[in-house]
Amino acid sequence: MRIPSLAAGILMTTASLAAAETPVLTVYAPDYFTSEWGPGPVIEAKFEETCACDLQFLPGDLMPRLLLEGARTRADVVIGLETDVTKKARETGLFAPHGQDLSSLTLPLDWTDDTFLPFDWSYVAFVYDTTKIDTPPTSFDDLIAMPEDVKIVIQDPRSSISGLALLLWVKQVYGDEAEAKWAALAPRILTVTKGWSEAYGLFTDGEVPMVLSFNTSPAYHIAAEGDETKAAAIFDEGHYAYVELAAKVASTSQPELADAFMSFILSPAFQQAIPETNWSYPSALPREDWPQVFRDLPAPDTAILLDEDAAAAIRDEALDEWRRALSQ
Amino acid sequence: MAPRAVAIIPATLVAGLVLAPLTAVLIRGGGPSALGPADWAALRFTLLQAVVSSALSVGLAIPVARALARRRFPGRSLLITLLGAPFILPVLVAVLGLLAVFGQNGWLSALLGVFGLPPVQVYGLHGVVLAHVFFNLPLATRLILQGWLSIPAERLRTAATLDLPPFAIFRLIEGPMLRHIAPGAALIVFTLCLGSFAVALTLGGGPASTTVELAIYQSFRFDFDLSHAATLATVQLALVAVSALLLLRLPLGEAMGAGLDRTLRRWDAETPRLRVLDAVWIALAATFLLLPLLAIALRGVPGLATLPASVWQAAGFSLAVALGSTALCLALALPLALGRGEPAALLGLAISPLVLGTGLFLLIQPHASPFTLALPVTALVNALMSLPFALRALRPEVQAITAQYGPLAQSLDLSPHAWTFRILLPRLRRPLGFSAGLAAALSMGDLGVIALFADPERATLPLQMYRLMQGYRMESAAAAALLLLVLSLGLFWIFDRGGRADADT
Repeated sequence: MRIPSLAAGILMTTASLAAAETPVLTVYAPDYFTSEWGPGPVIEAKFEETCACDLQFLPGDLMPRLLLEGARTRADVVIGLETDVTKKARETGLFAPHGQDLSSLTLPLDWTDDTFLPFDWSYVAFVYDTTKIDTPPTSFDDLIAMPEDVKIVIQDPRSSISGLALLLWVKQVYGDEAEAKWAALAPRILTVTKGWSEAYGLFTDGEVPMVLSFNTSPAYHIAAEGDETKAAAIFDEGHYAYVELAAKVASTSQPELADAFMSFILSPAFQQAIPETNWSYPSALPREDWPQVFRDLPAPDTAILLDEDAAAAIRDEALDEWRRALSQ
Repeated sequence: MAPRAVAIIPATLVAGLVLAPLTAVLIRGGGPSALGPADWAALRFTLLQAVVSSALSVGLAIPVARALARRRFPGRSLLITLLGAPFILPVLVAVLGLLAVFGQNGWLSALLGVFGLPPVQVYGLHGVVLAHVFFNLPLATRLILQGWLSIPAERLRTAATLDLPPFAIFRLIEGPMLRHIAPGAALIVFTLCLGSFAVALTLGGGPASTTVELAIYQSFRFDFDLSHAATLATVQLALVAVSALLLLRLPLGEAMGAGLDRTLRRWDAETPRLRVLDAVWIALAATFLLLPLLAIALRGVPGLATLPASVWQAAGFSLAVALGSTALCLALALPLALGRGEPAALLGLAISPLVLGTGLFLLIQPHASPFTLALPVTALVNALMSLPFALRALRPEVQAITAQYGPLAQSLDLSPHAWTFRILLPRLRRPLGFSAGLAAALSMGDLGVIALFADPERATLPLQMYRLMQGYRMESAAAAALLLLVLSLGLFWIFDRGGRADADT
């Protein structure tokens, strides 16, 4: 049996780490956030410059893990929650008010939530290959009216947050007509994927000329690859806003450090790190301080975001409509 | 020797490792819940695609395995190794490879375009089946090939002496072997396909291709409904249990009878017609299976130079996990193969990995940090997953060896030690090598249960590959996928080759 010896080795390493005297702030974050290609490492370094502490990001699925752990969780702060889980998360009573002044937020919509603090955002959008599509659609009706041989890939709203955002977006724009619109769009949907990575991989591999992603996605290709052939199609009816959030865990054993981290989230040091590590807009940084490539991105005039009660109220119905329309 | 007793301990262990977490999730969720109409639709589709996929995978594997069994040609050994590759690929990589060939902008569509024909329409039930056959045809081929190679050479010699035509040989010798081997192979492919999720959805083209595993994921991630997730996982287990009862209780035909343990030579298959037929089968299978691999390799090469050191480091962790998982898998598989351990082993493949992970998390979390145990848990889950394959490869051979040498051993009053080390293990070399190779390669390419067990310091190679994708580094991700493919295949080849060192295959 290898496992006990392997486990023992790993436990010993952790024990020696824990022996250090500095206080530890434990932050749960999604895997992409903690990865070396995400914002985690630079944020960890910048926060540790100011806090005389050890910031530890622990990767994984946030809400399932928190719900399983309950009040026994090791987390002091959770970062990377999405707007669609706030209702459920709030009802658990696991989170404490963030206590931050929200006047520095630069979101395209009003944000007054006292528990969940936005740290970045972008618009859900269809990203297309400019070498394959000359005139991008400027509305959902336009998208539906495109030739049937122009195919798109979307994510499944039952397994992907961006897929769910699209579902709510269409429902908000079309209301009772949503099911008919989905049915009309269906012939252009080449396939539906489990998550964003599969869909975006199909797009960059050239299987489809257009994919459901974010209006900030092209920034990566422009800034990191010098590739100007990816652009977001901007719709007149406005775009669903994708806002990512942090929250302080009520049972934290490091309340001061947790508070310090929450206020660090709104500070320029954190905010400036976001655009070119998370490839999204910072939540509390004036537009003139964004990297040029983000200032130049096409963006819609209107941001759409259903509040958590409204989203919860229509989600199941919208899902049923979607499934019926696309199962034909 | 008390093979039954030897098998009971690991069988109980495996069943416990699967059922205890499932029960933990059920209890935490507050007991089972009712299935809704969407669940029934998912169940119907899951069953349909799994039945079609497994029937087709095994049906096509029979002529391919027969062709490989009776032909010798340069590159045969390499081809057999490469045939292991689709099966061990991470789902995401395999899907992109398949679509590079069969997608609407894939190679096949481009070829059709040359002749003015429209692109391939791969998305739909046929796409799901295509992908599942891609994954499972090689596996079924290997299992059935083992069956062919276990036919005593004496029987074929006798058949040649009697100048039996190929059809008679099939009826008298190969048919009974297939009745013995094919149902088990079909069962394992069926079980694999039942758990399909991302492949079925992507190739299926939309929500009409919803599988039970997707419903489980949805319950877990979006509704936080553990009761429902556990109920669906139980239904999945029940389906496998019923299928196992049906398939493994079939009149299996007797094991092959005794031979003198020599390798296979076919006097009956030397006609030009059969030569051409076999060549066609081998060429078709090789093209179908190798083209997507080639696509994956071509996607990966440009990014190889850009791979950061952390990816190579991750490859090291993955190797460690793979070797640990292989050792664990064989330690469980050998005693299970001596008795009737197969139903217990199937549990490890039939259980939803998400529910298994959640249950393990619930059981471990009060006592130890799931973060630090991430790699050992990954190795454990991988070992459970590869156990049924190991048993499928080992069990028929153990039966044959026992039938053949058992009476001799008894008459010589051979000690259990001598029986195991002088008779059994040397003759199990081939299936042992194959099992170890499969277990190692499977583990290498598997993400484990990262939703709840992710190590903040030690990422595995598949995890780093996903992270590269999430960070938009598609070219590096493709290179990481290629690295993964090469390492998995390398591991598979080393073990499998070790097992075949003394064979002329």
